[in-house]
Amino acid sequence: MPSTDEIPAASLTGVLKRFGEQVALDHLTLGIRAGEVTALLGPNGAGKSTTISLLLGLIPPEAGEVRVLGERAGERAVRRRTGVMLQRAALPDTLRVGELLRLVRGYYPSPRPLVEVAELAGIAAQLRTPYGALSGGQQRRVQFALAICGNPQLLFLDEPTTGLDVEARESLWAVVRELTARGCAILLTTHHLEEAEALAQRVAVIVRGRVVSEGTVDEIRSTGVRRRIRCVSELGLEEVRTWPGVTGVTRDARWLDIESSAAEPVVLRLLAADPALSELEVRRTGLAEAFVRLTREAA
Amino acid sequence: MNSSIAASRATREPAAVAAAVRGVRIFLLEAHTEFLRLVRAPSFSVPTIAFPLLFYVMFGVLLGPAHPLPESARSALASFLVLGTIAAGLFALGVTLATDRGRGLLELKRALPMPRGTYLAAKMAMAMVFAAVMSLLLMVFAAVAAGVVLTLMRWSLMLMLAVLGVIPFCAIGLLVGSVCKDTAAPAVLNLIYLPMSFLSGLWVPLPLLPRPLAQLAPLWPSWHLAQIAQVVVGSGAQSGIAVHVLVLAGMAAGCFMAARRALARPR
Repeated sequence: MPSTDEIPAASLTGVLKRFGEQVALDHLTLGIRAGEVTALLGPNGAGKSTTISLLLGLIPPEAGEVRVLGERAGERAVRRRTGVMLQRAALPDTLRVGELLRLVRGYYPSPRPLVEVAELAGIAAQLRTPYGALSGGQQRRVQFALAICGNPQLLFLDEPTTGLDVEARESLWAVVRELTARGCAILLTTHHLEEAEALAQRVAVIVRGRVVSEGTVDEIRSTGVRRRIRCVSELGLEEVRTWPGVTGVTRDARWLDIESSAAEPVVLRLLAADPALSELEVRRTGLAEAFVRLTREAA
Repeated sequence: MNSSIAASRATREPAAVAAAVRGVRIFLLEAHTEFLRLVRAPSFSVPTIAFPLLFYVMFGVLLGPAHPLPESARSALASFLVLGTIAAGLFALGVTLATDRGRGLLELKRALPMPRGTYLAAKMAMAMVFAAVMSLLLMVFAAVAAGVVLTLMRWSLMLMLAVLGVIPFCAIGLLVGSVCKDTAAPAVLNLIYLPMSFLSGLWVPLPLLPRPLAQLAPLWPSWHLAQIAQVVVGSGAQSGIAVHVLVLAGMAAGCFMAARRALARPR
């Protein structure tokens, strides 16, 4: 029996999409697996929203193939098993939260109970409030509630936590984890790298419509793994830059910031060269640095 | 073997029935939501329901003594009923569609498992409901305050005229809503609604307009609907009615097709 790892819940294979002269997706290949959160990272205009539009069947590819839950993207049978939270979708201001939930739940064959959804999304107290009277964060929670109310097997979350406070973000993350534990496949786009780090099992970095790196969060983080060494020292930048293993040095007032491929020999040499050195710290670079490096290299 | 075919048919039929029932349920839910949305938007309900009544009071009743013939009271009823019908069709579809397109709701709806067509069908159905409510209020008022007397048959035909007559204007509203920005749509619709109804003789009888303008009247769908309305209240010539219906049907079909193309175009 093939494992769920081998059958992607959704996939794009060699997809080409242009808007006029501009290439939005350049033969992009990407897979989303059941029971996992796949984070799609990339600078603005990299093609993240275009990827989601293709997977939702809102726009057709020019070349290549888009398959979702074993069928063509956008088929109603697929849409009935899919939940979606778009980046920009203003719901009618005059409709109450409960009315919106009732409407969208009604589209799905076996939706979650309304009260349960409202509680999961943290809007149980707002069911009778008109959508237009909610704060930005509350509106985002309603959009999340609409995305999960149909019991989806595949969920698209486009920048879901923009405008949410820390508490609301944490509770959204908890629901996302519960859904993946049930086997739901989730595609997440986000600008918050700590969100990808906290939620995603897999990360795909796209730049100019191409996947430049794909793997687990750890794999991405360790592409050309670096250590960051920080200390208070009088040593000159020019001197340190020439040391083996040092890939970059900057100074911030008394602080010296060194980026290095191997920390230990550099630390030994630092201590030898400057006995007055203090406040030494060494840490592994995070997803954020890997992301910046990957997008810079690809650009 | 025959029995297995029969069995598969037997399982398929209830499935088809269940799908149809689900489709109807989704349509009713969508229509109800659309109704709430329109009823809570004064920018829609006032021009559609209150304006025809108000104008009828001003022009048809308060100015009544100036033309005391029962025929002119009936004629005014027909004109303002058509005016309300136009507003219901144009604004129920045009404004909400442009808003939904502009604010990204239409895109979300396309991604949700709503059967295709339900969205527009619900909007059309609500335009019909509002046209019916408007015409009933107007007719009750005409009978009670303006003393208009018609046979039950003619009253019922008036109601039908409003409900079906809304369709070509829904089509125009749909076209405007599918090409205009959300901020521009209300202005564009008013620019169609007010001059078109004026030039069709709904505000001021056509003979009082400058001749060249009056001669253009057959260009406007509202004029054709008004001609049918005059026949229904018993003050128009019955002969051309088929032509008026054909013109309205043709305009509706043209606008529907143009809107379909505009909506299918990727943004």
